[in-house]
This record gives sequence, structure tokens and C-alpha cells, in this order.
Amino acid sequence: MVPLPAYLVLAAILFSLGVVGVLVRRNALIVFMSIELMLNSVNLTFVALSRHLPSMDGQLAVFFTIVVAGVEVVVGLAIIVEIFRSRSTVNLDEVHLLRG
Amino acid sequence: MEPVLFVFFAALALAGGLGVVASVRAVHSALALLLVLCALAGLYLLLGAQFIAALQVIVYAGAIVVLFLFVIMLLHMATGEPAARGLRPWRAGSALAAAFFLAGVFFAALRAPALADPAPPLPQDFGSAQAVGRLLFTRFLLPFELASVVLLVGIIAAVVLAKGALLLRVPAAARPHEEKVRAEVLR
Repeated sequence: MVPLPAYLVLAAILFSLGVVGVLVRRNALIVFMSIELMLNSVNLTFVALSRHLPSMDGQLAVFFTIVVAGVEVVVGLAIIVEIFRSRSTVNLDEVHLLRG
Repeated sequence: MEPVLFVFFAALALAGGLGVVASVRAVHSALALLLVLCALAGLYLLLGAQFIAALQVIVYAGAIVVLFLFVIMLLHMATGEPAARGLRPWRAGSALAAAFFLAGVFFAALRAPALADPAPPLPQDFGSAQAVGRLLFTRFLLPFELASVVLLVGIIAAVVLAKGALLLRVPAAARPHEEKVRAEVLR
């Protein structure tokens, strides 16, 4: 029987890796993958707590997270492709049209 | 057996997470993300969430990672990004912020007494497709229907973003050829 804190600590480490990826990497695609990493670590927290309680509400939350993550990836990647078409770069430091 | 599997999947997930963040090339990051997603599916099975584990493999590993790979190939990014020169202040700051967050969660997770209780035994069909489906169509019916609306909006947004230049900007009079084709199709 694996204790609950083990799952929570694993999820926290994965989330921190995602945060570091978003803050440090400049390739838009890798930043996007780091966001997916954070979403997945939160999903792991949901499932671990739903096992602990036990209640299936956490698993339903994960279901809806996966749906929204799928839509988010489709729209986000379309935006990245469009940025690449117009500026031929996906480096986030060079995409600063909205900077004041 | 369960602790062994947990350590195995947790190590895979951590290695994959490091790979996502530290790979120079985007393709390697995408494959590392695939590793993380499959390892998490294994952990979901350990936690008695069979349906979510299947969903994770089908939707995340099967569809989302493939979409990432398609876009990476589309943008033919063989070179990756230029390597970082020196440790900029905000890089160190982000690492520090992540370390503080981690320390806080470690403290909370290891000290909270209620979390250390052994989990109660599970009911018979916990996490099965039938049980999740029953909840989806009773208590979570409204979010379920809203999810379909979100999916529809996503489809329309992707089409408009991909074909927007053709659909929105060019007036129809400037495209006599397309008008002719459309008229023939309609007829």
C-alpha cells in the first residue's frame, strides 16, 4: 500500500518541472508541453485523492480536464503554426508584438 | 508488489519530466512527454482508476502527443533553440520559486496527519467505465454537455485559425476561380 503523500510529492515535483520549463525555455512548443506536464501533475493529485477518500468525483474532474486540455492543445498549436507562418520563428523572445 | 510498481512508474515519470524540460530539440521533448503520460496511466491503474488510465493513453498519448509531433514536423524545427548563455537572473529566480513551492508541498504532504491514514478498501466497480459513465450522465450531466460545446468551439477555432486567411481576408470578388468551383459544387 503506497501512502498518499508519495503521490502528492510526485505530483508536486512534476508540477515544479513544468513551472521551470515554462519560465526557462523559449521554444513555444516546449513551453506548451511544460503546460501539459503541469496539467497532468494536477490530474495525478485528483486521482490520488479520489482513491484516498474514496470518491469518484476526482476522476470526473480529470475527465473534464482531459477534454479541455485536448481543445487547448488544438487551439494553441493552431496559433503557434499561425505565428510561425507570419514570423517564421517560434522563439517567444522574438514574438513581442503586444509588448508595450 | 504495489510499492515496486509505484517506484518504477514514478521514476519513469520523473525522467520523462526532466526530459521535457531539458531536451534541446522539441521532438525529444515530445517523446519524453509521451513517457510521462504512459507512466501516469500506470499510476492511475495502481490507484484504481481504470477508465481514466485508458482515457489517458487514448486521448493524451494517442492524440495530443501525435498532434505535437505533427506540428513539430510541420515547422521542421531541426535546430531547436540556441543554448542559454549564462544564468540570467530570472532563470535563477524561477528555479528558486520552484524550489520554495516544492519545499512547501513536501512540508504539507509529510506533516498533515490525515493524509497518512491508510486508504479505505474500494467498492467493487470503483473507477470502471460503467461507474464513471453513470456519474457522467446523472450528477455531471451539465458539465458533460458543456464539454461538447467546448469541443465544438475548439473545432471551429482550429478551422478558422488554419484557413482564416482564405475565409476572412480575401473578398469573394478577388477569387473568381474559387467562386466558379463553389458554384459547380453547389449545382
